[in-house]
Amino acid sequence: MTSLRLLKDKVYAKIMLIFTILSVAVVLVIGIGLYLKSVPVLNKISLYTLLTSSVWKPLKGLFGFFPFIMGTLWVTAIAIIIALPLCLLTSFFITEYAPNQLRKILVPFVNLLSGIPPVIFGVWGVLFIVPLIQDHIAPHFVEFSTGYSVLAGGIVLAVMIFPLIVSIVCEVLNTIPKDLKDASLALGATKWETIRKVSLRKAKPGIIAATVLAVSRAFGETIAVLMVCGNNADVPHSVFDPGYPLPALIANNYGEILSIPMYDSALMFAAFLLFIIILLFNVISRIILARLERKLAL
Amino acid sequence: MIRRKLEENFFRTLMILATILVTGSFFLIVGTILYRGVPFMTWDMISKIPGGGFYIGKEGGVLNAIVGSLYIAGGATILGLFISIPVAIYINMYFGGRTWLANALRIAFDVLFGIPSIVYGAFGFLIMVYFGIRASLLGGIVAVTLLVIPILVRTLDEVIRTVPRELRDATSALGATRWETAKVVIRQIRPGVFTAILLSFGRAVGDVASVLFTAGFSDNIPTSLHQPTATLPLAIFFQLGSPVAEVQGRAYASALILTIIVLIITVLSSILAKQFSKNTSR
Repeated sequence: MTSLRLLKDKVYAKIMLIFTILSVAVVLVIGIGLYLKSVPVLNKISLYTLLTSSVWKPLKGLFGFFPFIMGTLWVTAIAIIIALPLCLLTSFFITEYAPNQLRKILVPFVNLLSGIPPVIFGVWGVLFIVPLIQDHIAPHFVEFSTGYSVLAGGIVLAVMIFPLIVSIVCEVLNTIPKDLKDASLALGATKWETIRKVSLRKAKPGIIAATVLAVSRAFGETIAVLMVCGNNADVPHSVFDPGYPLPALIANNYGEILSIPMYDSALMFAAFLLFIIILLFNVISRIILARLERKLAL
Repeated sequence: MIRRKLEENFFRTLMILATILVTGSFFLIVGTILYRGVPFMTWDMISKIPGGGFYIGKEGGVLNAIVGSLYIAGGATILGLFISIPVAIYINMYFGGRTWLANALRIAFDVLFGIPSIVYGAFGFLIMVYFGIRASLLGGIVAVTLLVIPILVRTLDEVIRTVPRELRDATSALGATRWETAKVVIRQIRPGVFTAILLSFGRAVGDVASVLFTAGFSDNIPTSLHQPTATLPLAIFFQLGSPVAEVQGRAYASALILTIIVLIITVLSSILAKQFSKNTSR
């Protein structure tokens, strides 16, 4: 009887171990699979050319990813520049200023945003942000813009990463010992001075981790960006120029990839590139956050 | 002194404005979708599949996409549960929950969570080409399952960690094996499992990039796992790209349907989560 129960325990343990290993191994399998698929294009064109050439002519076998990489960088940079200050201010307000009851309402509202699907952000971008840029913002700066631009992509992405940054930064801010803040306040510092000189300094690693996570989220976001960026395979030169980020490129062209040689390999290379960058960013920020958490558990 | 006071007030105002903007963006989005979607909302939209000439503005609805999305999200969540419940138990019960290996596994799942759905979609497409499967309900379910496993594992893991240590110790002290203890723990976290299910379902129902390559699109409701399946987000995306005003309007209405589905799920899960925390914090 006892041996049967022990046997059962061992068998289940093995099964669960296998599941665990398999589901973690997915990272490796994805990496290897995408790499193997991008080998053909890497053999034909050097990595340097792929990353720095601006010539995108799949029919002639020319794959230069530079415009798409720049598109991704523009959109991500705009999103972070908009979102980071707003989110930091919001997090400070929620953790330091808001009365308890207000805090209980605010946090769920920010989290509601994270439940909205990307495609809805895209529709919102098309209906609200694009016309806003076309009619009200762009005319002040440039002669003509359709509104479909890296700026539109950046704004939509910024809203998408709000909940991510706010929730992490709030959590980090809540972990700062109250004694530290009280000491600063007792010495006559204002609340804002305390935030700037104590909280901000203490929360720095957490804020960096949140930002890196937000960047990697923005890098990989596909459909919302695809809908509002204009998808023009040129390097953008101003925020009102259309751009063509990497994920949008992959999503937009999968229908054709089987008919043009090397095209599928080139697109899988794009996916591989995204995967590696995002993996790296995620590992870095998660390790920072896990360290923070452990420091507090002690 | 006055300068410092001014500075304090200035930044406090700035913070309030930022908070209004950040929390208000939710209302702005839902408001926009409501304002543009409601005029095009008809009973046909949710009760009929696309008729002939639907994409040039003739009659029909998006029932095919609604059902397709529910199939894929449901299938992926069920499949994902089968994999992630054992994983979450393993991390906590067999690895002791607090060892460095358990923490490394948690980081691994957090990293998996961060991988964008377009990469899962591209990878799912690779697998399907390799095995010779065409874009189908099955393909969509597999790709979305990969997407939701990290969500399920991490949510379940958090929930299991809230189970009081004493309960587990008491069970083990009575001579139960780790597996028997795990069964007790599962019973304890049942409401938490529902939260995980809802979170995963909500993410799955709204995702496009993962099903774009793998599920295909069809005007009919799939009757087998091997038929291509329409999804609501993809239907929105296609219809929005149409030059016909009527079809674009349907995209707004479809967006409204998706928003309502997702909001219901979100509200349900937050109610459940609240109840669950009430149960455990006693």
